[in-house]
Amino acid sequence: MNDNSYNSVMSRRKEIMKASVGVDYDRYELDGIAFDYEALMKDTSYPIEEIRKIQAETGVGDTPLIELKNITRLVRSISEPGKGATIFLKDEATNPSGSFKDRRASISVARARELGYRGVIAATSGNYGAAVASQSMKRALKCIIVQECYDSKGRGQPEILEKARACEAYGAEVAQLTVGPELFYYFLLLLEETGFFNASLYTPYAIAGIETLGYEIVEQSQSVIGKNPDYVLATHAGGGNLTGTARGLLKAGADTTEIIGVSVDLSGLHMASDSDFNRKSFTTGHTGFGIPFAVLPDRSDVPRNAARALRYMDRYLLVTQGEVFYVTEMLARLEGLQRGPAGNTSLTAAIALAKELPEDKTIVVQETEYTGAGKLPSAQLTFARNNGIEIIRGDPIAKDSPGRTISIPEGYSQIAYKEVNMTELKKSYIKQLLKQGVTLIESDYDYLSAELKISVAEAKQLVKEVSGNVDPEK
Amino acid sequence: MSAIKGQWVQIHRILLNPGERAPSVPEDTGNLPLELRVRGFLLEEKAEVGELVTIETAAGRKVHGKIESVEPTHEHNFGDYIPELAEAGMELTRWLTGGDEDE
Repeated sequence: MNDNSYNSVMSRRKEIMKASVGVDYDRYELDGIAFDYEALMKDTSYPIEEIRKIQAETGVGDTPLIELKNITRLVRSISEPGKGATIFLKDEATNPSGSFKDRRASISVARARELGYRGVIAATSGNYGAAVASQSMKRALKCIIVQECYDSKGRGQPEILEKARACEAYGAEVAQLTVGPELFYYFLLLLEETGFFNASLYTPYAIAGIETLGYEIVEQSQSVIGKNPDYVLATHAGGGNLTGTARGLLKAGADTTEIIGVSVDLSGLHMASDSDFNRKSFTTGHTGFGIPFAVLPDRSDVPRNAARALRYMDRYLLVTQGEVFYVTEMLARLEGLQRGPAGNTSLTAAIALAKELPEDKTIVVQETEYTGAGKLPSAQLTFARNNGIEIIRGDPIAKDSPGRTISIPEGYSQIAYKEVNMTELKKSYIKQLLKQGVTLIESDYDYLSAELKISVAEAKQLVKEVSGNVDPEK
Repeated sequence: MSAIKGQWVQIHRILLNPGERAPSVPEDTGNLPLELRVRGFLLEEKAEVGELVTIETAAGRKVHGKIESVEPTHEHNFGDYIPELAEAGMELTRWLTGGDEDE
């Protein structure tokens, strides 16, 4: 009989993960802090043609790229003459379970099937659960989804409750936990108990599955616009969406397209706090995941995270909850598309960005997600109000306060973004690294250069700037 | 309320007590237990809400816990009418169908 105390289970994590994911991560470790990311991605996944074939088998991908003509017209009506880029939207809600997460789940589940597992488990409170459940049934595998769902009073976040409903509708078991990072503890126990496959969001398969999204964007842009998009905006949380899309863009030859991550600003709310849990109206796509995962990707449920946002992100923009709700309303009212809201995070920033750009530039917003009960802005705002959050009309940048006030813009000209300083973000990455007490060797700077999308010289400079202020082991 | 064998029920159990939780959790969370809720088919012949039972989940696992509800309903919905949002929506519709005079 195993000891199931927290510490004992966590001490078995390495062996449990190794047995459940079918990847020997140790093979890719290099000297110093580095590992061979590209070799890991190449060896443990499939070429893009093969991925498209696997996804076609279960009806995943090939989603439409839609020009948002009315929203573009609206943006131009408030832009300086000659400004107002054209906005396109990749309608990922048309995937089988209603989001781009089907791409991510499809390869993991196909791999689980190929390796002979009887079932899959995923730890997720978001659309990924529904995607894994849906793909599992297509491949005749059992499925367990573990969610962080309730606060200590038993109040469930409506969006997460909706995801539980969807997973059960597909025939999955849904294990719902109260707030806390020990979700991972229970997840490990379940892997051990069942011997199922770990359909982690962060394996090479999961990320490779998203590459087709970027690849399709290039193909469709070429055929619709006759050129590659100038900007691709991706909602950023754990980093997989941005990483996979960017890799797909590059594989299709779009090496000058600027890649912009966007998150909902939830600064000030603690993600593991029981009392803060139901004071947020977004369960993903927010800074509570976006920043920690960008600056320390290897914090996930696999030894090395294949989602590494800072390798690809050119800019990082933040928007508010109220703005995303407003834009969700806008997408329905002006384009006849009821989607989101979380998936509309990057659309919100796209509207603000388009105002600044010349008319001949194109922006692709790379996802939408299904909506409905629990998810709609009205469902989230009702829940927020019942949790004591104030909802007002007002300038979102001036009035928004996560956990206290949601400010719905008084008009579309108030839609704006806040820009995160990328150099500071990269310094935070280095700070996280140095906190672990590592001593960097010469070859580590090549790794840092790739990890942070900077030159070796810049990596050395940043390390120098940071190391004066870091107290190891703290 | 009672349930009979084969009925779909929700059970509740404590996975970690306060003091057994991860060292990293914030204080408000650390003072609380980590709780699990999961649904499945009741394996006992008959049981009352609050009783300790075993269920078989959709994935075929057998899990123990106290019955919390019998044939639980999905209660999440579309939410109330939100005047602030509806107002914003109408402004956008007016822009679309009534010309560019707004703003």
